[in-house]
Amino acid sequence: MNVIVCVKQIPDPAQPGELDPSTNTLKREGKLILDESDSYGVEMALQLVDKAGEGEVSLISMAPNGEVSGLRTALAMGAAKAVLVSDPDLAGSDALTTAKVLAAAAKKLGDADLIIAATESSDGYTGTVPEQMAEVLGMPSITFAKSVAVEGGTVKVARQTEAGYDEVECPTPALVSVTAGVVEPRYPSFKGIMAAKSKPVEEVTAADLGVTPVGWAGADQQIVDVAQAPAREAGEIIEDEGEAHLKIVEFLEGLKVI
Amino acid sequence: MGIDNIWVFAQETNGAATPATLELLTKARSLGGTVSAFVVGDGNAIASTLGEYGAAKVYSTGDLAGNLPGAAGAAAMKAVIDGGDRPDLIMFPQNYEGRDIVSRLSVKLDRTVLTNNTQVEVDGDSLKVTTPVFGGEQLVTTTFTGEGPFLAAFRPKSFEPAPGDAGAGEVVSAPVPDLGATGGAKVTAVHVEETTGPKLDEAAVVVAGGRGLGQSESFEMVESLAKLLKGAPGASRAIVDAGWVPYSMQVGQTGKVVKPSVYIAAGISGATQHMVGMKGSKNIIAINKDAEAPIFGVADLGIVGDVHKVMPKLIEALQGR
Ligand SMILES: Cc1cc2nc3c(=O)[nH]c(=O)nc-3n(C[C@H](O)[C@H](O)[C@H](O)COP(=O)(O)OP(=O)(O)OC[C@H]3O[C@@H](n4cnc5c(N)ncnc54)[C@H](O)[C@@H]3O)c2cc1C
Ligand SMILES: Cc1cc2nc3c(=O)[nH]c(=O)nc-3n(C[C@H](O)[C@H](O)[C@H](O)COP(=O)(O)OP(=O)(O)OC[C@H]3O[C@@H](n4cnc5c(N)ncnc54)[C@H](O)[C@@H]3O)c2cc1C
Repeated sequence: MNVIVCVKQIPDPAQPGELDPSTNTLKREGKLILDESDSYGVEMALQLVDKAGEGEVSLISMAPNGEVSGLRTALAMGAAKAVLVSDPDLAGSDALTTAKVLAAAAKKLGDADLIIAATESSDGYTGTVPEQMAEVLGMPSITFAKSVAVEGGTVKVARQTEAGYDEVECPTPALVSVTAGVVEPRYPSFKGIMAAKSKPVEEVTAADLGVTPVGWAGADQQIVDVAQAPAREAGEIIEDEGEAHLKIVEFLEGLKVI
Repeated sequence: MGIDNIWVFAQETNGAATPATLELLTKARSLGGTVSAFVVGDGNAIASTLGEYGAAKVYSTGDLAGNLPGAAGAAAMKAVIDGGDRPDLIMFPQNYEGRDIVSRLSVKLDRTVLTNNTQVEVDGDSLKVTTPVFGGEQLVTTTFTGEGPFLAAFRPKSFEPAPGDAGAGEVVSAPVPDLGATGGAKVTAVHVEETTGPKLDEAAVVVAGGRGLGQSESFEMVESLAKLLKGAPGASRAIVDAGWVPYSMQVGQTGKVVKPSVYIAAGISGATQHMVGMKGSKNIIAINKDAEAPIFGVADLGIVGDVHKVMPKLIEALQGR
């Protein structure tokens, strides 16, 4: 079984985010890392291929400046190869363009039984890319998977819902978006990290994939204003010395909650 | 031109229109023009409510017969648009169904989607939408530059719902066309988690617990306190991912947006992704042992202390009343 995993490489979320004042888009300059949200998809794919006993996990990513550090992390976890789409013309792409590019990259890799993405990325979190990709590829999809199994050409998913979960089945090939917590991602081993250095990463441009228009030209949206949100006024902070709960009771009384 | 024809993706739960649906209809009405609701499922039960909130027309696909709403809803909408009713704007709630449908529809129409919005304004023939970023510290306003139909998804609780004075909406059938391969996914079983007490996103009081509780058993303190205050228990993602509590309790960017009159955060650090889900609460009480925890930045009353000391005493004091 062959699985393709979408892997987004993002600025370290531990660092405060910043918008570029000239373009009003997220600054993506420094080193990028594997979006933690995608580590679940990578792990899920590795487990599925392992269980099937044949096939491999391939990665696709769109990122600026030929960035591969996040891809290397996923390769070190055990993925076999990757396609990276990197192209200055892709700067400023909207989610729809991203989905078109990733769909074309998936096609380039050839027939996969499953394409896995996260339900949403940590930096842009539109949550639209996976379902858009499925539509571009004319594929069925199951979003918000909290467990995934593949049996004889059918993917079975427990799909999280507002009220609980649904059991959903779908013939492969299909696209599945997975939630955080679907599986426990492994840490790359030293051996894995060394092996990842020589695994193939093919770098292509949007034009190589036949996707146009891209970037600013492709996005039918324009940021017109960035403003500071009104801050909440700071409240009263007290140290508990054994009686702080009374302060809460008093506060709730004041609000007539009790 | 202008924005004359607005659709709202409308949802039903237990025979009633969801709060998010009514919020969007109310906002759509205020933007002017005609408003239609689009129900992916059977819209008959809620047509009168949808009408009351402003939908002159209620498109209804009828029962989905096990199809997931994404592919089915987008195809049904596209068929109506191809049939000649071309909306200038379609409003979706930023939730599971809304996201899946708007994504597929954006490809069918080749239109961008603006997501996670909390405000919308007509701007000539276009629209301006506003999105909070970086945990709500900054507000980004974006316009659509291409042609409609404009597609926009809004965070729940962005608008105050209020009924108008119109009667029931006219129900118009909008069947799901043949989906081909995209309709491959079928629901085979539905599991509903039992809940008691008020719903998390409708409760007047929310008591939420985080990793600072230390262990899953300690969540009982959160539940007892919520019960005493006739509120709903909530959680940070950290303890949902750890499997202590079900996802339906998660508050934040990827969970529920809550705006209760009182939000009590126990052992929650206040990560930006958590704060976007609760910052709109009228009063916030935080209990955290770290005086530097970001949650104190939004708290009206902050207790620097151990949840295992403060919570039991608080519960006892309230039980004694
Ligand atoms: C704060 C902010 C708000 C934005 N708002 C919008 C908006 O409203 N509308 C819009 O069209 N664009 C928006 N963008 C731009 C958008 O984030 C980018 O187009 C991005 O390339 C794709 O969207 P996403 O990260 O939101 O994807 P999501 O749909 O959230 O991503 C889901 C999953 O798809 C896969 N995936 C997504 N992108 C890639 C990638 N580059 N490489 C590999 N896998 C990937 C990953 O598995 C990811 O977890 C916004 C960006 C920022 C920073
Ligand atoms: C894409 C994305 C989406 C996300 N969506 C969400 C979301 O929807 N909701 C959400 O909540 N998170 C979300 N997160 C995760 C978020 O970034 C944080 O990791 C999470 O909110 C942390 O949960 P926490 O506050 O319980 O845990 P921690 O950050 O570990 O905080 C625990 C707190 O407890 C305090 N503490 C410890 N012991 C005690 C004690 N004995 N008494 C009192 N206090 C104590 C500590 O001082 C600390 O402040 C998201 C992250 C990403 C990347």
